[in-house]
Amino acid sequence: MNQFQYVRASKPKAAIEALARDPNAQFIAGGTNLLDLMKRGVMAPQKLIDINKLPLDKIERQEGNIRIGALALNGAVAEDKLVLEKLPLLAQALNAGASAQLRNMATVGGNMLQRTRCPYFYDTAMPCNKREPGTGCGALEGYNRMHAIFGFSDKCIAVHPSDMSVALAALDATVLVSGPKGDRRIPFAELHRLPGDQPHIDTTLGAGELITAVEVPDNAFTRHVHYLKVRERASYAFALVSVAAALQLDGSTIKDARLAMGGVAHKPWRLADAEKTLVGKPATDETFRQAAEVAMRGAKAFQHNAYKLKLGPNSIVQALKNAAAA
Amino acid sequence: MADEQPGLSLDHDEHSQARRTFLKQSSLLTALAFTPGPVVRAAAAELDEKVAAAFEKVPLKLAVNGKRYKLQVEPRTTLLDLLREQLHLTGTKKGCDYGQCGACTVHVDGKRINSCLTLAVMQEGKEVTTIEGLAPGGDKLHPMQEAFIKHDGFQCGYCTPGQIMSAVACIREGHADSEGEIREYMSGNICRCGAYTNIVAAIQEVKNGGQRV
Repeated sequence: MNQFQYVRASKPKAAIEALARDPNAQFIAGGTNLLDLMKRGVMAPQKLIDINKLPLDKIERQEGNIRIGALALNGAVAEDKLVLEKLPLLAQALNAGASAQLRNMATVGGNMLQRTRCPYFYDTAMPCNKREPGTGCGALEGYNRMHAIFGFSDKCIAVHPSDMSVALAALDATVLVSGPKGDRRIPFAELHRLPGDQPHIDTTLGAGELITAVEVPDNAFTRHVHYLKVRERASYAFALVSVAAALQLDGSTIKDARLAMGGVAHKPWRLADAEKTLVGKPATDETFRQAAEVAMRGAKAFQHNAYKLKLGPNSIVQALKNAAAA
Repeated sequence: MADEQPGLSLDHDEHSQARRTFLKQSSLLTALAFTPGPVVRAAAAELDEKVAAAFEKVPLKLAVNGKRYKLQVEPRTTLLDLLREQLHLTGTKKGCDYGQCGACTVHVDGKRINSCLTLAVMQEGKEVTTIEGLAPGGDKLHPMQEAFIKHDGFQCGYCTPGQIMSAVACIREGHADSEGEIREYMSGNICRCGAYTNIVAAIQEVKNGGQRV
């Protein structure tokens, strides 16, 4: 690991000022992804600003939403009574991610900001436009079985690895940010970027900005929800494809629906058109298959990930069936 | 005083530790001989000497297995390396060093974490428990250690300290109610010998035995 300066911040304002002052500084919270990347030489910040002492770990009921502090631990959120009762889809997604140990370290803010697990990004001997802009994309013509089928560019075909973010995208969350120019709110769908010509930029956060919380609006998706994660072992692996499905049923008729996918794009992939096709229809396999077909429109595979064109719709149907039966 | 000691002057039973200590010291000397001083490193990286000074050791207070320590650590030292290299608590193992295997699992303020993916300096004021501090004391083993022996919950034993620390946490968290739940909540601990069936049996016995863990 490279050497770095280490400072602890006790107030958000001090942390933001320290980060804004120094372009080679990084916040560190759980550290589960940043330290991993630093050990491999993928990232080499010259200063780490430890934000763990900031008072940003509360989970609270507010009017119209549930507010989860950016430093709340993934494990604590997944086991929180309020979250289990009101946001079971989020709890399921969190529990599908990483291991119990890592969930005790990783924070909500850090989970959103984790980098891709593309092996070409991790391997410093390989070209990667995300790690080193202008060097090319090793995955494009390489072993791209884990890679994107939506929203990619010829510069980057990596996927975002977070499970939690897929649920937050489906539930229309808002990210609260503080920065040198003040506070602002970012709709979850606008936090992560598509790669385009600048795959080295993962999010729309500005210089010196700190995520302070995420707010999830009150919703009626408290029963018929399911987070389906398809991976190569039963637990503790990144998703090949994942689906967050939430239904509101009136008898057997779908009143409202939320649907998002993970493991398929550079950001959590919300399936708004598929949601529209579900509303007003009976909760049957036929309806679910139609929604899956709509969801997959525009999907394109590379040499080694064509299986996702089948796994994707099958996973959507399965997640919706499980949600309806829950 | 026994409850606040600098990390480098920890006294141990010289006899039983002799070989281990020799290995550590000889590798430490080798490392020192080939590592340039901070100022030289800084010059190579085009940083000024002030920054180099700031790279130097940071004071850290924490408790490990009930003992309080007042230490000086380099910021990039992980908690795992602090435990093994500075405090000589080598029960906690370095498997992958990337948070993928769980061999380095310890408890911090009662919660299990991967000690390889956190910096020692981030544990200021925390209470750390390692496999060495799990048993009640004396010659007695912790019930989970007894159960691992009884059920043959290991072969080579390298992952075992992490497995046991995780297993105890798994029961304390209330996630050991069924075989399926145990397997899910123990998935962060990899055993390349494949002793999983026996590990699950050991955890179930401790859980069903109703002993305090």
